[in-house]
Amino acid sequence: MIRKLDHELEKSLIIKSANVRLETVKRIHKVGAGHTGGDMSAADILIALYTYMNVNPENINSKTRDYFILSKGHSAEIYYEVLAEFGFFEKKRLDSLGKLGSEFGGHPTKNIPGVEANTGSLGHGLGIGVGIALGLKRDKMKNQVFVLTGDGELAEGSNWEAAMAANKFELDNLTLIIDRNYLQISGKSENVMPLEPLDKKMESFGFKVLKINGHDYREIFEALNSSFDGKPKAIIAETIKGYGIRDGEGIASWHHMVPNKEQVIQMEIDMKRIVEEINNV
Amino acid sequence: MSKQKAREVFSKKILERAKKDSSIFVVCSDSMGSAMIEDFAKELPEQFVEMGIAEQNAVTVASGLASLGKKVFVIGPASFYSTRAAEQIKVDVAYSNNNVKIMGISGGISYGNLGATHHSVQDIAFMRAVTNLDVLIPADGNQMGALVDLLLENENPTYVRIGRGEVDDIYDKSEVFKIGGSKVLRKGNDIAIFTCGQLVSRALALSDLLEVRGYSASVVDIYSVKPIDQGTIIDIAKKCGAALTIEEHSVFGGLGGAIAEILVQEYPIPMYIAGIPDEEIPNGTDLEVFDVIGLNQNELLEKALILIEKRL
Ligand SMILES: [Mg+2]
Repeated sequence: MIRKLDHELEKSLIIKSANVRLETVKRIHKVGAGHTGGDMSAADILIALYTYMNVNPENINSKTRDYFILSKGHSAEIYYEVLAEFGFFEKKRLDSLGKLGSEFGGHPTKNIPGVEANTGSLGHGLGIGVGIALGLKRDKMKNQVFVLTGDGELAEGSNWEAAMAANKFELDNLTLIIDRNYLQISGKSENVMPLEPLDKKMESFGFKVLKINGHDYREIFEALNSSFDGKPKAIIAETIKGYGIRDGEGIASWHHMVPNKEQVIQMEIDMKRIVEEINNV
Repeated sequence: MSKQKAREVFSKKILERAKKDSSIFVVCSDSMGSAMIEDFAKELPEQFVEMGIAEQNAVTVASGLASLGKKVFVIGPASFYSTRAAEQIKVDVAYSNNNVKIMGISGGISYGNLGATHHSVQDIAFMRAVTNLDVLIPADGNQMGALVDLLLENENPTYVRIGRGEVDDIYDKSEVFKIGGSKVLRKGNDIAIFTCGQLVSRALALSDLLEVRGYSASVVDIYSVKPIDQGTIIDIAKKCGAALTIEEHSVFGGLGGAIAEILVQEYPIPMYIAGIPDEEIPNGTDLEVFDVIGLNQNELLEKALILIEKRL
């Protein structure tokens, strides 16, 4: 749990992100399946969260831990990689990904250390988060609850039922982060089912809304650190789907496109450059 | 014989237990009145959650509460929980193994002339096909009360379907039940009658009519539809050689379906499934409607006599 981001930490997280994204893409390439685009857009949010939250391999059963729910369960590959990176299990275990009987399915379950909810069907995570946050409040606990949704996912009405409840119960221990990459499987989210003005929608549902660059650790940490008495918080994190994959950035069809060998090699070069540049700063 | 409303028994019992156990939560969806849960809400506001008319979210939020170790009872109309919130029950309760009990009140056609929107006659078919979900259907108030204790003793995700009106007591308060159990209420040799819920009393009345005609029926209350008491069902089927099921559910996929699945694989015998037919049913009270859709004593008797003729 680190709540303050200094320059050194920021540098290390950028390097971590480059490595984790590359490892994930390599794994997807090897397995031949995965939700590549949304994995990449969520990477920095997940890395920031697991740095920030009071949850680690030692306290995963503690009553005082912070809770994280990956509502966009299809971003499982990056989630697994991040959990392994933060020590919830050995990276080696991820070798079973895509194999018969693997504990690591295409969507996460509580069988995996660190996972708090079985997700995969969209529009459930926020309601689960509301239930946990409400229970913690009733128990007078101080833990925080974080939920990461996609943006296309917000067309599910259940999110708005949950948002109403978050407001009713004044869940200021609840943070919704929206991976706002403006894309979903069939195209631009604003064409498939328009969400804008998303900030005003969330505000009118009783949330305090922060709009940030979801690949900028300073902005993510600032947003995570701000709190508002009696109000749930929504962070609209603007991201790039396929972030870091040259051919895949900002392209809807990369939702579950599997990168080919050349694309992986290109990404290796690009991620290496990021790491070198950071180390030279 | 005294009469009780199962939902009223539930609300009294859960309040009594929750006063001594702060981990018991009740969640409702603008259903406080129909669930008769007002006293609970008033006396234990910290253990009560009103979700508004939003059954899907009620179930999901209940699952979040349960993941903290709370024992959560979601109570509201069976019709809405079993269809609108079906995915939430499948995913957030059963698949996620959360200790949530869905108390579907006014199940079957209890709501009478409020129509098909308010009827739940497909709920058992769906719920019993959901992995890791128990399905219970109490027949009277005393059984409901005993089941509350069982529900609090185990952490299994569970769907409980209860009726709306007053029903005659079948059981004493002291009767003991278990998840996966059944109750053989009559022991006879000529026909096995498997039933559950409000229609147990009609099955008992039918066995009286058969007795007058010189036949003895076994009547078994399958209050635990899942897990189901396969052993007793096969034993009774072997003894009787013919089976009649009587239930307040579609003739597709309910108790009749469950019994047929067992008997056709383990001990095939002549069988008839009496339930809600696959057609639009007329307006009226539940008891009136039973009488015109084949669940009246004459038609049930007719079916039973045909089965007795054909019994193995
Ligand atoms: Mg998206």
